[in-house]
Amino acid sequence: MRRAIPLTILAVVGTVLIVSVFLPPLENLGEDFTLFFDIIAVFAFFLGGGNLVRIHFNKLWRKRKDWGFSIVTLFGFFFMLVIGLLKIGNPGGIGADPTAEGSWFQETFNYVINPLQSTMYALLAFFVASASYRAFRAKNREATLLLLAAFIILLGRTPFGVMLTAWVPESWSIAQIPNLAVWIMNSPNLAGQRAIIIGIGLGVVSMSLRLILGIERSYLGEDRG
Amino acid sequence: MRKVTIIVMAAVIVLFLASWILKAGAFQGEHDHYIIRGFLVTFAAFLTLAVMSFLYQDNPYYKFAEHLFVGVSAAFWMCMGFWTTIVQNLVPRLSTSLADFFEVPQRAEGLNFFFYTPVILGILLLLRLSRKIGWISRWPLAFIVGTTAGLNFIRYLRSDFIKQISSTFVPLLGRDWEGIGAFFSNLDLSATGQLVMMVSNWVIFLGVFCGLIYFYFSREHKGVFGAGSRVGIWILMITFGASFGYTVMGRISLLVGRITFLFRDWLELI
Repeated sequence: MRRAIPLTILAVVGTVLIVSVFLPPLENLGEDFTLFFDIIAVFAFFLGGGNLVRIHFNKLWRKRKDWGFSIVTLFGFFFMLVIGLLKIGNPGGIGADPTAEGSWFQETFNYVINPLQSTMYALLAFFVASASYRAFRAKNREATLLLLAAFIILLGRTPFGVMLTAWVPESWSIAQIPNLAVWIMNSPNLAGQRAIIIGIGLGVVSMSLRLILGIERSYLGEDRG
Repeated sequence: MRKVTIIVMAAVIVLFLASWILKAGAFQGEHDHYIIRGFLVTFAAFLTLAVMSFLYQDNPYYKFAEHLFVGVSAAFWMCMGFWTTIVQNLVPRLSTSLADFFEVPQRAEGLNFFFYTPVILGILLLLRLSRKIGWISRWPLAFIVGTTAGLNFIRYLRSDFIKQISSTFVPLLGRDWEGIGAFFSNLDLSATGQLVMMVSNWVIFLGVFCGLIYFYFSREHKGVFGAGSRVGIWILMITFGASFGYTVMGRISLLVGRITFLFRDWLELI
């Protein structure tokens, strides 16, 4: 019951979706299952939200280390949830787009989520730069290639890179750093990405088969009941 | 609490309030809700600086921003999922009265009770929060994994395998080949020239081939095979370098965006 039913569900759903590509009458079923997936994924979001609330209430209740910040998380969560689900301040009312300009939901996205998200990612620029300064050493041919490619791409996207080789004549324009950067992105980089993508494609296909055939069962967890 | 911490916190609060008052004053006449607008811009600036303060060391302002981000973004995606998937796609298929309430157009083909299945599976998924009957949540999980496996099997085979291989078979003499005479008379190293195009196509074809040789582990990398594998490593190293450079530039452009916000929208210095 605990393992046989999920294994059967997975095998049936996976097989139906593969077969639906070859059988036009089943095509709608494939589309419906994709929509089912999206709907269940929303419930998974709710599960994630519920879990977040549970963890932070627990932390607050037991007054664990940094419990005060759990209040911030819970306040942010419930504030966003209420204004988002009730569409507070939305000029178009209940039927309008939740992200309508002027709604509290969209304003919170613009002035809270957006600055936080982009600054978090921007912060990585400092860490990547500091890590690469320590790690990048042209010790051998491979490391030199990596270093050179990164350097040309970085330089090619700055005004300094444009200025540096602006004197190169048009008949030698591949030697201009911005053009060289574009060439690296479109040729050797594309080739490498393609080799990796083909490998990933084969990996995903074999993993899908292992799941559908019931060979891969790690998603069921450790309980052997 | 240490004396320094209290002084810093007091300074932050005073600066925040001063900024709020000044920004609200600046927005007066431009916006109807200028006090709220002033607060929002000040708060966004505070959050930006709070996250950046992590560069010095972990501190309460960063933790505040981090915890707020977790809570707000979790609720954001829940709301987006509710309005875009549940209300737009599920409600019109299950109930006309609910569709009227949410003001979503009803579907021409009518109701489809088959769509109660994902609702039941979704509710079963929530049982994961229970210790006793949490195992039932494996059923919807199996559905999710099965859908992913079934969809990805075809999708990856098409786009990541067949399409990538077919795109690799490019004309090695270039698309506009007009003969050896025309080739030598137009020989130059311009970025859009025929020679560069030809070299690019050779690099793509041999690069993919050698990259795949490198990933083939069922045979020892020796002799011609070893040479191909070595070229594959070089291509992969260039790829990693290019990806690194590209990622860093993406992050730097985000940083520029935040600095522009601070100096233009908040401080109005530029």
